[in-house]
Parts: sequence; C-alpha cells; structure tokens
Amino acid sequence: MTMTRDWLLSERPASRRQARIGQIYRTWLAFRGNGLALFGACIVLALVVVAILAPWLAPHDPLIGDLNHTRLLPPLTEGYWLGTDEQGRDILSRLLHGARITLAVVALVAVIATPVGLLVGTTAGYFGGWVDTVLMRITDIVLAFPKLILALAFVAALGPGIENAIIAISITAWPPYARLARAETLTIRNSDFIAATKLQGASSARIIWKHVVPLCLSSVIVRVTLDMAGIILTAAGLGFLGLGAQPPQPEWGAMIAGGRNFLVDYWWVATMPGLAIFTVSLGFNLLGDGLRDVLDPRGRK
Amino acid sequence: MLKIDGLEVTFSRAGADPVRAVRGVSFEVAQGESYGIVGESGSGKSTVLRAICGLAPTTGGQITLEGTPLPAPRSPAFYRRVQMVFQDPYASLHPRHTVDTVLSEPLAIQGFERREARIEAALTDVGLGPDFRFRYPHQLSGGQRQRVAVARALILEPQILLLDEPTSALDASIQAEVLNLLDRLRAERGLTYVMVSHDLAVISHMCERLLVMQHGQAVEELSREALRARAASTDYTRRLLKASVGYTREDAPA
Amino acid sequence: MNLLDVEDLRISFPTRNGPTEVVRGVSFSLGRERLGIVGESGSGKSQTGRAILGLTPPPGEARAARLSFDGIDLRGLAPRDWRGLRGKRMSMVMQDPKFSLNPVMPVGQQVMEGLRTHGTRGTAARKAALDMLEAVQIRDPERVFRAYPHELSGGMGQRVMIAMMLVCQPDLLIADEPTSALDVTIQIEVLRILDRLVGERGMGLIFISHDLRLVSSFCDRVLVMYAGRVVEELRAADLAAAKHPYTQGLLNCLPQIDGDRRPLPTLARDAGWAE
Repeated sequence: MTMTRDWLLSERPASRRQARIGQIYRTWLAFRGNGLALFGACIVLALVVVAILAPWLAPHDPLIGDLNHTRLLPPLTEGYWLGTDEQGRDILSRLLHGARITLAVVALVAVIATPVGLLVGTTAGYFGGWVDTVLMRITDIVLAFPKLILALAFVAALGPGIENAIIAISITAWPPYARLARAETLTIRNSDFIAATKLQGASSARIIWKHVVPLCLSSVIVRVTLDMAGIILTAAGLGFLGLGAQPPQPEWGAMIAGGRNFLVDYWWVATMPGLAIFTVSLGFNLLGDGLRDVLDPRGRK
Repeated sequence: MLKIDGLEVTFSRAGADPVRAVRGVSFEVAQGESYGIVGESGSGKSTVLRAICGLAPTTGGQITLEGTPLPAPRSPAFYRRVQMVFQDPYASLHPRHTVDTVLSEPLAIQGFERREARIEAALTDVGLGPDFRFRYPHQLSGGQRQRVAVARALILEPQILLLDEPTSALDASIQAEVLNLLDRLRAERGLTYVMVSHDLAVISHMCERLLVMQHGQAVEELSREALRARAASTDYTRRLLKASVGYTREDAPA
Repeated sequence: MNLLDVEDLRISFPTRNGPTEVVRGVSFSLGRERLGIVGESGSGKSQTGRAILGLTPPPGEARAARLSFDGIDLRGLAPRDWRGLRGKRMSMVMQDPKFSLNPVMPVGQQVMEGLRTHGTRGTAARKAALDMLEAVQIRDPERVFRAYPHELSGGMGQRVMIAMMLVCQPDLLIADEPTSALDVTIQIEVLRILDRLVGERGMGLIFISHDLRLVSSFCDRVLVMYAGRVVEELRAADLAAAKHPYTQGLLNCLPQIDGDRRPLPTLARDAGWAE
C-alpha cells in the first residue's frame, strides 16, 4: 500500500503514464479532503448507477399502472413505498426510470454545450480584434434572452419532445462557457509559455487546442457542473409546461405537472419527483463546489 | 549575421496614445558573438528582442538575418535558426505540461526525427539528466525550470539565442550556475547570443559588446574593455555603473 | 536596553506530512541600528520579518523563547495591543508598492490613515502627511497627496509606502526587499532616503534582502540565513572576512564587471549547513 502511494506521489516519475496517474491521484487526494464534495459526488454517482440499472431496480412497470386497484396509494404502502399516481403507476419505478431521462439531458447538454462554448470562447480570446467582436456579440445576443423563454421558443418551433428540449437547452447553455473561456484565454494568451510555443512555429489552431484549451477546461468543467442543477431544472420546467418529455414518459418535471392537479389531497404525487430533482441538483452543486476547490488554479496556492 | 537598422516599435492602443517603445535602435551582431543590451525597466530592451522574433510589431526600420530581411510573420524556418529564453521561468513553462511534453512539442512542430534521443540529449546538455523528463513544472525549482527553458530553446538547434533577463528571477547562486551553463553551451556550439539584462555585471561577464538603452533609444555602444575601463561617454551609463557598485554612503547629502 | 530581542524564533507551517519549520531557532538583538538579513529564497528571512510584527500568515505558527520589543513581550499579544504597536511604533515596507497601496484611495488619504487610527486628525494630520511626503523627497507633495497609486511610478510608489510607514515615527522599521522591484538608479535614491531618516530619527531598521552586496554596503551588521537558520552574523565592514562557506559562496558566485572568472564559482551546498 505505501509502495503504491510512494509510486503515485513520486517527485521523479519515470514514465509518461506514472506522471499522469500521479497527477490524477494528487487531485483526488485534494478532492477527498472535502466531505461535502464527496457527498455530492456520491449523489451523482448514485444517479448514474440508478439510471443504468433502472429496469432491474424498478419493482413495477413505469408506464402502465393498475387503474382498478392501485390508484393514488399513499407512501409506505407495501410494495409501493413512495405511493402511486392517479393512473396507478408506482412512483418509485417512475422515478428510477426518470433518472435515465435526467441523466441523458445532463450528459447531452454537457457534451454539446461545453465544446461549443470552449471553442467560441478560446477562439475569440486568442485572436482578438474583429473575430472577438463578432463571436462575442453573437454570444451576447444569445445571453440576452431569458434561458427558459428561448428554450420555449425553440421547442415551439421544433415541436415538443425530450430530444428537442435537449437541443433547445444546449443552444441556450453555451454562452456563459464561451465568456468564461474567453476571459481565461485573455489572461493566458500573453503569457510567456504561449510566446515560446509561437517561437517554435506552432499554428494558432495547435496553440489553442493544445495549450489554451487544457488551461480553460478546468474552470469550464467547474462551471458546467454548477450549471447542471439549473439545466435539470430547465428540463423539468419544460416537462412541467408540457414541452419537454411527453406522457407517458416518466420525466420528473412532467410528473410534478401531473401531480399538481391534486396536490392538496394527494401531496406525494408531486412531492416525490420534486425531492428527486432537489437531491440531484444539490448533488451537482456540491460536486461543482468541490471541483472548484481542486481544479481552479486561482483558488489554489 | 544579425543586423538591426533603425528599429521602431510602436504599440497602438484603442482609445489611448500610441506608445513608442523602441525608437530608431540600430546594432549589428557578428556570428559567434555575444551581444548585450542593458537598460532599466521601460527602456525597450526586451521589446527589441521580441521584435526580432516577431512577438512585437516592427513599425519601422529593418531586421536582417545574413542579409535577408525577415518576413512578417516569421517563417517556421526562421524559428529553427533563432530561439528565445524568457525572463521568468515560472511563467514560461506551461503549468500542465511535463518536461517531456515541453521538449517534444517543438520537435513535433518542426518535424524532427529521433525525438526520444534528442530529448534525452537536450536534458543531459543542460545538466538535468533523463531523470527529470516526466516531471511537471511544479516539481522543479526555479533554476531547474530555467534549464528546461534553455533545453527547449536549444532542441531545435538554433544558431542565435535571444536571452531576455534569463537569470533575474533566480537566486544569486543559481544565477551563477545558469550563466555557466549558457557560457559552456555557447563555447560548445558556437552560438550567437543577444542578451538583455538590467545588471551590468551579468552583461560584462557574458557579452563582448553591449548597448545601453534608455526610454526606447540607444544611449551608447560599448565594448567589454571600455566598460571595464569605465570609459563611458554618457552620463546615464556612468550613473548605471555607479549604481551597480551598491550603496555608497560617502556622497549621501549631509 | 535593546530595541528588539529575538531568541529561538521558530515558525512552522502544517503540511500533508506534518509541520515543517521554515525558521528554526533564530536569535538576534537590535539596537538603533541598521541590521541586514540576507538569504536566498526559502531561507526564512521574510517570515522572520513578518513574525516580529505578528504577521505570520495562517496556518503558520510562530513561537519564540523571547520576543520583546522595547520591553514589551510580543508573544501572545492581544489584537488590540497589536493595533497600538503596528504602524505607530513598528512598521513594515514590502517589496512591491503596486500590491501594497490601495488602488482606489488617494495617496494622501492612505498616508493619513495611520495617523488617524492613532489619534491625529484634521489639519494636523494633513500637515504631518505632507511633511512626510516631502521628507521622502517627493518634489510636489501637494500633487502626489491627491494622486491615486496608478498615477505614480514604481520609485514614487515606494517612496509613498515609506512615507506611509514612517509618518507615525515608529521606532522600528522592517523593510522586506524594499527596492528589489525598482531600477538600480532609483534603488540607490530610495536607500538614501531610508538611510537619512534612520540616521535623523534614531530608528532601528531591519533590511531584508537577497542582495548581499547591497545589504553589506548599506547596513551596519548582517545576518546570513540559510534554510531557516542564521549561519553567520558579522559586521558589514568585515564581510570580506566571512568565515562560513555559504557566505563566502554567496559573495563569490556574483559576476563582476571587472572580474573574468570563467566558469563562475558555484555554491556547493553542504547538508551540514542546515543542521
């Protein structure tokens, strides 16, 4: 055990692999010291596990309920621990399957919006001049629209559905990342190590991709993680308004919308998906805070 | 070999007066020579170096390398002949790149063969050894970082090395080591140096001829012998010479 | 009586592998004189200076067998008592004026701030501040008084810093690399101002620097620090007769305008020096 540890923390790594793994291990050590962040990471990890294993974990069918016997059962009923909804469907099973939709939204938005934001921001920041002006004005225009309203407009144009909701959210999500990446790039582009790379004859694309992006990446990742809570809420909001996931898909926002009609008498129908959204959002926020402490070079000494 | 003729560098800023950082500076550096530029902050001495390698805009005058005017932007072939070492070894290495990445990057860009052997040789040349190959900058001391920066500049086998205050961020004992290293490399490889410093002693140790600069202008050119004989013809150089001795109490106002 | 007595000063910082001592048993005393502390980066010279003012940055911890200033025991002093001492009786000039002056406050206000917290107000404070700016050889004190820090050059900023620190006429001034960020010609002017003020007012001065040559030409006595310890203490005039190999090495490794030693002698560090 101590040997592995020494190997990982060695100040004189003997191979490319050892250097990289050692660096990851050091980051992990710093991250591990933050209890709340670790808790957040556990929640996010649990979401992933639940999403993957949903068909096996769910005790009932999430889409078809028994309208005759199991309508609106309260929580802690045997076999239906979180109760059932107005169509007799088990809420727990729907939540478990809904995790898949939530995870898909989060992952796809991250995969679409992050690279777009990074690319726009680093390009604008690195070249400056008119490139910067054009790209950042476009960014400003997108930023000027309220997120949910713009997403609503896109969904209205593209038609309701979870895929279109993801596209709509991605389109509205990248501008903050572009701004952040641009600000980071502005501080990096005049540094000596970029000048040294220019002096080796490196092309602008190479400098941006290999030297600027890796340095912007960590702060953007932190920002994306912190935004995940908001993205989940936007997706849920679209679902709630009937523009995201369509019935009978067990999307958490849509589930709240469904439960709203009888909130007073059957509180659990809307509360349970609400708690799920709350927990996952909290998890992402805690994780993001922890990542910021570890990854953000400004926070570190 | 390298000829600078009436060099002007003007930085124009939006909404402000343009700054004339270098105003009509001329000098010539022979093959194998070590040429020094001395001046205080704001004298434009570093800007001259940056203009030579294309990092600062040449707004007037001409820079020629072996009789050929340099194209703007500089060609990749130029960078095989001219390289630069920066002042601050803490800022001139990418914080997330290992020494290995730092050294293999120029080889990849310029399409060199036998990269592994070249990296090992470069590290040995600057007195670090292959042991240091996979370390990150934060695992190195200031002196070791500057050695890596020298290795990065020399790995492309340039003929001219531009040195921008290469030791001013280092402790005195480390400075001696780096100066010795630069001295040895020049002797071994017949390199041509253009070295910028605020420290007359360092320039006198390293350079055969030197140019004193103030406010973007050349004040005077001296040989090392003239410097040692204190044969300065301008007031400013004499003041620099006096200040380099340290504090003198005798002439304190009573 | 000595102005300052330091005995067995130890400063430690916690790290992942337990506490590390950056200053390990430093002792010296200071009268109304110029004392130089010389060392390379990491020798603990700056931390020593900060500890005297009780400014060891947390989580660092400073302990000493004796740390007394003009008869006052500085160990475990309450924040209230520190406020009465700092600025008024002991002050510190830092390396870079750019980071030590408040960028959004006119210089004059900042100079007067020290006076105000110690009870001088109104026109009296204004007069004292202007006098002080004049004393640090600022030609147009009225203009500088109203200026913001970014409107001043580096040398001017450092003079303002010195004025700020001396306006309350402290008995002890700690100057941590006060001229390292300045050009050589300005450096000498600033030192001249410090020298005159120390001489006129009978202050004690601790001058912390990496530059052995500069310190020895400026101070009366020099402490040479290495790895958190004082390896040698000597009169500045006797520097050429330094006994410790580290001091000798530091002196030798500097290039000289006249010398042509090739290669320059380098310091062969001996593990024994740190013991």
